[in-house]
Amino acid sequence: MDWINLILIPAIKSVVLVVVLLTGFAYLTWFERKLIGRFQQRIGPNRAWKFGLGHPIADALKMIFKEEIVPSYTDKVLFVLGPALAIAPALLIFAVIPVGPTLNLFGKEIPLVVADVNIGVLWVLAVAGLGTYGIVLGGWASNNKYSLLGALRTSSQMLSYELPMGILLIAVLLVYGTLNLNQIVTPLTPIPWYLRVWILLAFPFYFITMLAETGRKPFDFPETENELVAGFQTEYGSIKFALYYMTEYLHILGASGLAVTLFFGGWRGPFVDQFPILGLFYFAAKVLAMVFLFIWASASVPRPRYDQLLRFCWTFLFPISLVYMAVTAVLVVVM
Amino acid sequence: MFLFIVFALIAIVAGLGVILSRKPVYSALFLLLNFATLAAMYIMLQAQFLAAVQIIVYAGAIVVLFLFVVMLIGGGELNAVDRETSRQGDKANIASQRSSIQLGWPRLTALVLAVLLLAGVGYGVITGQLHQPTGTAAAFGQGSVEAVAATLYTDYLLPFEMTSVLLLVGMVGAVVLARNE
Repeated sequence: MDWINLILIPAIKSVVLVVVLLTGFAYLTWFERKLIGRFQQRIGPNRAWKFGLGHPIADALKMIFKEEIVPSYTDKVLFVLGPALAIAPALLIFAVIPVGPTLNLFGKEIPLVVADVNIGVLWVLAVAGLGTYGIVLGGWASNNKYSLLGALRTSSQMLSYELPMGILLIAVLLVYGTLNLNQIVTPLTPIPWYLRVWILLAFPFYFITMLAETGRKPFDFPETENELVAGFQTEYGSIKFALYYMTEYLHILGASGLAVTLFFGGWRGPFVDQFPILGLFYFAAKVLAMVFLFIWASASVPRPRYDQLLRFCWTFLFPISLVYMAVTAVLVVVM
Repeated sequence: MFLFIVFALIAIVAGLGVILSRKPVYSALFLLLNFATLAAMYIMLQAQFLAAVQIIVYAGAIVVLFLFVVMLIGGGELNAVDRETSRQGDKANIASQRSSIQLGWPRLTALVLAVLLLAGVGYGVITGQLHQPTGTAAAFGQGSVEAVAATLYTDYLLPFEMTSVLLLVGMVGAVVLARNE
């Protein structure tokens, strides 16, 4: 019986999660193209099937059947290793994010999280930090000036924005008093409403760091197409390019999932106590709303210059987050 | 025990890879692998928090910085595309080999220090001073964040604060060095 609980159930959960995530990624590209089209007063993809719903499948087939090219003068091992190192952490982030309440299936209590660990938030930070390697190594191994510049930009951008992000996270965690994401969604002692509102004040700043950490427009400096051709992924094609592409969208999903869990109550919503399955839909809806924010930002905000990005981080975001954390600490102790 | 042997072997191979790799980038990556196996061992010792911090600090920040420096300052270039520059690269290689031959004494010092370190560790292992368990993981709250923080801010408050001052000194020193140029 033990191996069912320890190995079989987590394995099934992981497989389901990965399948859902990869399908979600495919239709996220459709969602984005459709939305961007509307933002720019176009119709967007509408050729394949109804509403262009066949486009992601066609894209996937095209990517898989393209010729694999490894350019000469690249570092062959790292060139192939790069995309793999990028996508694995992006998938691992979801291991600790609770996507729903505990379900009762086949007479078993099944919590809808792959790993309910005490260090949940730290796990997310650690794994997200590892995600940098895929991009940096891919860019370096390409042996191309544009790729190298993209990789260097990635590493400094990630390192810089990790600081305000981590400090804002510390402030939020001070309020919850735990690192376990399951306990953050369902706190043991209720969080007073003014502290919940106070947390929400941090969300705009946190959202900016999220944009920078995921390398999304308007902060897509690792791959700025008008300066660096395609940045770190210039030399990549076919399925290896697709892996980088997936990584970007999985990062969006992961960051959205974490933000929803931290700031907007995760899978909680009306009537969840009566019908636990509703939690899944609430979580999906909230993540989708967060993804919409990402796409909205990319459609409406122009890209700043690279030095402006770093200066903004170090001279504005970093001090603000420090002050916010100090005030939060005082609030938590006093109130 | 089986898992420990697996991770220990990976750690040793990775450690050898760090010092035997020709390319600095590979050295840094082997170092990363080494840190990852260390984190796995922390988890086997029930110290989840330490494992996470190990990954965040070393893998997430320090090795990234190593890579950044290697890529920015050089020493990690791949083969140049045209022949002109590759010939220059060969000359540079020969020059660096010469300078490494001339710099014989640091290697000697390193060897002496390594032998001293081995002797010290060996002495500790033989006399049994190195493995005296002072408490089980359960007694230490399973290495949770609360347990680590409580110990850090009560029993080890002074060393902790001293370390932060040390880091501050290092930071100020780096700024001063950078300004001088």
